[in-house]
Amino acid sequence: MVHEQPRSQCIPSQCVPRHSTPSRSLRLTTFLLFVFLANTASAQTSAHDWARTAQSKVVKVYGAGGMKGLEAYQSGFLVSPEGHIATAWSYVLDVEPIVLLDDGRRFEAEIIHFEPSLEIAVLKIDASALPYFELPKIREVQWGDPVLAISNLFNIATGDEAASIMQGRVASIASLDARSGTLKTPYRGEVLVLDLVANNPGAAGGAVVSADGKLAGMLGKELRDSATGVWLNYALPADVFRKTIGDIIAGRATSSAAAKEPQLPRDRSHNLQTLGLVLVPDVLETTPAFVDRVVTGSPAEEQNLRPDDLILLVSGQRTENQRLLKKRLRSIDRRDDVTVTIQRDNDILTVVLKP
Amino acid sequence: MRRGKLLTLSLSLAMLMSSPTLRGAEPLTLSSTIEKAEQRRVEAIARATKSAVSVFVPGGGGGGSGVLISPDGYALTNFHVTSPAGSAMRCGLSDGNIYDAVIVGIDPVGDLAMIRLLGLDGKPRSDFPYAELGNSLTAEAGDWCMVIGNPFLLATNLQPTVTWGILSGVRRYQYPSGTLLEYGDCLQTDASVNPGNSGGPIYDADGKLLGIVGRCSFEKRGRVNVGVGYAISINQAVNFLGYLHSGRIVDHATLGATVATDQDDGSVRVTNILESSDAYRRGLRYASEVLSVDGRIVQSANDLQKVLATIPAGWRVKMSYREDGKTVDTLVRLRSVHLQDELLEKMSGALPPPPPIEKEKEKEKEDDSDDEEDSDEVEPDAAADDKIPPAVRKQLIERKGYANYFFNQKQQTRFIDSLRSQFPGQADQSNPAWEIEGNTVEAKPRPVKIRVGPDAIAMMVGETPMTAEDRGELYDAISQRSIGGIVSALEGWRRMLADGPKKFGESFYLGTMPLGGQRPLRDCMVGIDGEIEVRFLSHPDTGVVEVVEAFADRDEDPAELWILRDEVSSDQPPQMLDLRYGTDSVLKIKIDSWKKVEAK
Repeated sequence: MVHEQPRSQCIPSQCVPRHSTPSRSLRLTTFLLFVFLANTASAQTSAHDWARTAQSKVVKVYGAGGMKGLEAYQSGFLVSPEGHIATAWSYVLDVEPIVLLDDGRRFEAEIIHFEPSLEIAVLKIDASALPYFELPKIREVQWGDPVLAISNLFNIATGDEAASIMQGRVASIASLDARSGTLKTPYRGEVLVLDLVANNPGAAGGAVVSADGKLAGMLGKELRDSATGVWLNYALPADVFRKTIGDIIAGRATSSAAAKEPQLPRDRSHNLQTLGLVLVPDVLETTPAFVDRVVTGSPAEEQNLRPDDLILLVSGQRTENQRLLKKRLRSIDRRDDVTVTIQRDNDILTVVLKP
Repeated sequence: MRRGKLLTLSLSLAMLMSSPTLRGAEPLTLSSTIEKAEQRRVEAIARATKSAVSVFVPGGGGGGSGVLISPDGYALTNFHVTSPAGSAMRCGLSDGNIYDAVIVGIDPVGDLAMIRLLGLDGKPRSDFPYAELGNSLTAEAGDWCMVIGNPFLLATNLQPTVTWGILSGVRRYQYPSGTLLEYGDCLQTDASVNPGNSGGPIYDADGKLLGIVGRCSFEKRGRVNVGVGYAISINQAVNFLGYLHSGRIVDHATLGATVATDQDDGSVRVTNILESSDAYRRGLRYASEVLSVDGRIVQSANDLQKVLATIPAGWRVKMSYREDGKTVDTLVRLRSVHLQDELLEKMSGALPPPPPIEKEKEKEKEDDSDDEEDSDEVEPDAAADDKIPPAVRKQLIERKGYANYFFNQKQQTRFIDSLRSQFPGQADQSNPAWEIEGNTVEAKPRPVKIRVGPDAIAMMVGETPMTAEDRGELYDAISQRSIGGIVSALEGWRRMLADGPKKFGESFYLGTMPLGGQRPLRDCMVGIDGEIEVRFLSHPDTGVVEVVEAFADRDEDPAELWILRDEVSSDQPPQMLDLRYGTDSVLKIKIDSWKKVEAK
């Protein structure tokens, strides 16, 4: 418990009474709320039915973190009856995560793939006949529309408790790069800006649902504008990630098979030397593939790779550590190009290294 | 999904049609559905606002919110709101007046406190507006709700702030913050809750009271709402109302057993149990499967923790469990979580008394958890203000273990007056003995004669005579689960009638609790006569005593004397007496006569 002195505190005898009358805009909001209420729910005292169906498709994701300031949990939602789960791509997924379904069942999940430029990932659990969100072809909401945000923010839902529901509206639909550089995210496209405080710790990967229960978007990671200090409440519109997730589910994009690809003889495959890359010392089993140095005159230098670049994908395959990166390179013929996706600060870049 | 817009459009069309010469001054015409819904909300807010209380700690020591729950001025708030104030506070209502209030009872673990508002003349007032209680157990995530209170202590014009939202989660378990405060079965809302809302009401869309707001998730964004506020459920508060009315510092219940959810079949199984617990005496064992407690189904260890968090120490509740393939429906008595001194110690550690400026700063440093109670703002110039108004002083008696002993005395007086007005009480101060005659209720009834009085305690069942020469034998009768325990209970009853609570021994009003696991909650008065503790459970409406329990040892079943009346006429002798230990009836007597005779 923290006690503190707010600026506005006072006792009656010391203060000039303030009078407030509902402003016109406030009345309008109220009015709109009931327009929406009268239409969406037959029971006007509750959005429960609306919320409950959507809530059953939201999952809790537990993974890495737990250190100071880093929560070891986030949210996700089912996108197929066979257990595909869309979630935010974050450090929580540095280990194979544990997923808790709304019905209380607990699963070890596999990370199927992720898309760094959208900061989303798809997990898979071994289950069937699950409730799930259809990925909509068109944008389900526009500014002014009511939405529910469902997530396990602050990990409030202890044990088998259901995810938290919040309500609000899409305040606007805007592009994040409008203030390029002040928001630390590689995503540059449009987001649904929300008028509710939805993006709290653990909310990333949660579902934003339209008034007719359709998936409108995915809550993003916490973002703070470094220029103004303002926290952004936003979601990635569902139509933006529909194709990516569809491709992942259909198996058109996958990284989990990487390890099974045939290995070429060492003298015929690529390796770090052929590309001119020197990585940071590989001291852990899962040392990330950070570039330490780039060899002069190498393919890496030609493409302007730099120290501190993080190699995320090789030929579209996930390389979450140096061991996997090396293994991946072993399956590529030395005479072929190597497509590499890297993260440099807040940018996701894909370059083709030519031998 | 274009519903919102479509409707706006159709409304605009309707407006166009109804008023072809659109002028700005024309009033907006709403569809009747919308108008009704809006009207309903306006009315609910108007109704609810009246019972909301803005609490100010005298001397500028902070404050919070509260809610009136009875016309005679009893209000609920948070323990952490009243704590800096101590015994007296100032309360603003939306009628524009400021009332003196006095502390009544506190529940430091559940973060609840009861205060009583006095009339403007300093006298008790019986026509305060008060909240209609809702049912938090039937509330569901997604239900619309509102929070009314005094955020940031803004209600300087005494008009509280209304914030609107939905229930984000129900029946939440929130881990204790610090060592004491536990929000065990709470509501979560996205209606704005800010520092100063503490202790205030959360209402449903119709203005019925759902809970007491008291906690928020705060984190790196500073101490303002981030869409997550918590409220103590009203059903938990209702369980504690009687206890709070007792003026005591009350504690929560524990089963005396720990459970875990089985990972394979999802069952809730006992992992540890105290052999001294009542649950153990009722047959609960290691690996027993817990099915329900106090009528609430238990499907996880979390569920059991939540149910227990809503129950005051000392309650006896229904419990069902499965042991050895058999389902057992029984009653268990729940012990307190803390020892009395332990609770007082933790309590004094939990919240410092005013002026707490320096200590507050220390606290802030050490506590970086993300769940915090949201009030207790302290002004820098806060000074300990011991000037308690005389009107409050009249309703205040300080005593160890009590928030305000005045209210316990009040309940004791109510109890003894009621006890004396019902059979076999008497208005005068005479001290008669009782002679009870009847027959046992069994296949072959045996005659029973009982005499309890200051001169002799004796009983004859069939051909078997029994006497109690001293208190030790009354104690042994209970301890041995003998049918003689009936006279131990009767003697306790007789002595309470004759001597009253002041002379009986240490006596106090405990609060309200179920009888045999059943509601309505009965008033419970405790009298300790040497080694025997006697409890009287009486009906809340009629005041008629229904059970007298005599405890020998805390870790043994008491002798329960069930006083069965066919009708409510409390000035007549009961038809039947039933002596029970645990859940077994050991002696049932059909009463033929019950005389009050001069003691020899």
